[in-house]
Amino acid sequence: MPAPVAPAESPAPISGAQPQTVIVFQDVSISFEGNPVLEGISFQLERGETKALLGVAGSGKSTILKLTMGLVKPDRGQIWVLGQEVSAMKEEDLFELRRKIGMVFQESALFDSLKVRDNVAYRLIEEGVPDDKVQKRVEEALRFVELEHTLNMLPSELSGGMRRRVAIARAIVDQPEIVLYDSPTGGLDPVTSTTIIELLVKQRDVYHNSSLLVSHRLQDAFTMATHYFDRNQNRMVPVDGAHIDTRTSFLVLRDSKVIFDGSAHELASTRDEYIREYIS
Amino acid sequence: MELISPTDYAKDLVLAIQEWTYLAARSIGNVFRQPRYVADTLQQADLIGVGSLPIVVLTGFFTGGVLALNAARTLEQYGSLSLTGQLVSISMVRELGPTLAGLMVAGRNASGMASELGSMKVTEQIDAMRALGTDPSKKLVTPRVVATIIMLFFLTIICDFFGLTGGFAVSALGLHLDAHQYWSNAYQSLEFGDVIIGLVKPLLFGFLVATIGCYYGLTSRGGTQGVGRATTQAVVAASIMILGVNYFASQLLLYLLK
Repeated sequence: MPAPVAPAESPAPISGAQPQTVIVFQDVSISFEGNPVLEGISFQLERGETKALLGVAGSGKSTILKLTMGLVKPDRGQIWVLGQEVSAMKEEDLFELRRKIGMVFQESALFDSLKVRDNVAYRLIEEGVPDDKVQKRVEEALRFVELEHTLNMLPSELSGGMRRRVAIARAIVDQPEIVLYDSPTGGLDPVTSTTIIELLVKQRDVYHNSSLLVSHRLQDAFTMATHYFDRNQNRMVPVDGAHIDTRTSFLVLRDSKVIFDGSAHELASTRDEYIREYIS
Repeated sequence: MELISPTDYAKDLVLAIQEWTYLAARSIGNVFRQPRYVADTLQQADLIGVGSLPIVVLTGFFTGGVLALNAARTLEQYGSLSLTGQLVSISMVRELGPTLAGLMVAGRNASGMASELGSMKVTEQIDAMRALGTDPSKKLVTPRVVATIIMLFFLTIICDFFGLTGGFAVSALGLHLDAHQYWSNAYQSLEFGDVIIGLVKPLLFGFLVATIGCYYGLTSRGGTQGVGRATTQAVVAASIMILGVNYFASQLLLYLLK
């Protein structure tokens, strides 16, 4: 399969511009049916940064993404996204903000009665973008995930990995400022998982979106932290000695609380017993 | 089986009524707000209206027929067999047409809405829609509510007509009544109030069927089993509400049109 052509841009250099905060969680707590899921969560995501959310199943990683989108409301605390306090906004007011955020759901959540083209084009059609522009942008997004040939297929005709890639195309079709990935490699084989992670690295380094990545697979997060997308080779390559900052950090959850928030290097050198066992 | 305390049950019931009321109010309020999903409304109108036509026609026809059959036995004792048309028309137009059409649409479409929206809910498609900046109450609920109200109105008229036709078939073929006598009797016995009652009810029933179907769909949880449960509950609740509201609407309309 020919490699897709990426725009002529490179990853952010180490000495970049002053970062801006796009997501702020401040002392956020939420419980479902009396069971605390998140307690006193606080963290920030800077513009252009990717933060990998790690933790065992049920630790509240996906809930953080839903809270960011305003799909669920916290019991306590404040959440700001792109300068707006989503925790205090009404549902009707959130729709406008959500159009600036892309989200890839755990099980893709494609509209099963719509073709791939209409799934990817959904947001553009809702915004009243003219048909010719919709077609162009849908083709671009599908080319990005290397699935141009699936335009007229239904989601049920695609494999799990392909569905996940279509979900990524749908999330990035209008280049949102923030992209939220909920276990994009969950349930996929290692080869397909690597393909998905390469797409995420490409998305990060080509378009410089800010993103939150929920993952059960530690190696996915480390791959994102230690690789960048080389547009000359048209593939993901290790950073090694190159002076490139992948701007990828880690946040580890345990028992509803944040127990680590820092860089890959800090994570690897931590003395916390639980984290050492988790990453080993 | 886990027992639920009466207090929790009462709380759940009040919460469900509150959520349904909120959804129902929003579905109507959305009619006056942009964006309006006209294509979705037309698609639903086709599904609900054209799709329900055969069962409504058959239900109306056979109910009218059996009404004539039963009425004739009683009327014959008083030598008033000629009033068969009157009895069939008043029963069909005022009560049975709206109620039967409503129950048929509840069985067919409230279940369809609950299962469709329920499946979308448990596969996170509803959340995906919200995440993509679309209000599901505008995109999914309002088109179904508007389409059901409009189509049930016309389905009721069709049900009434085929009920009268069924009554006529039995009267003409079984009771050997004169066709002109049957139809003129059926027509002349209807008063303005009967027609108004018969045409206001389907508007209420359509609203109930669609909002209840959508409510159970959007609140379903627990995977495929939850969707199945939501579907059953939607049909039961919609049917009971139709029968209950039918009584109170009849009382109110009879009082207002007295």
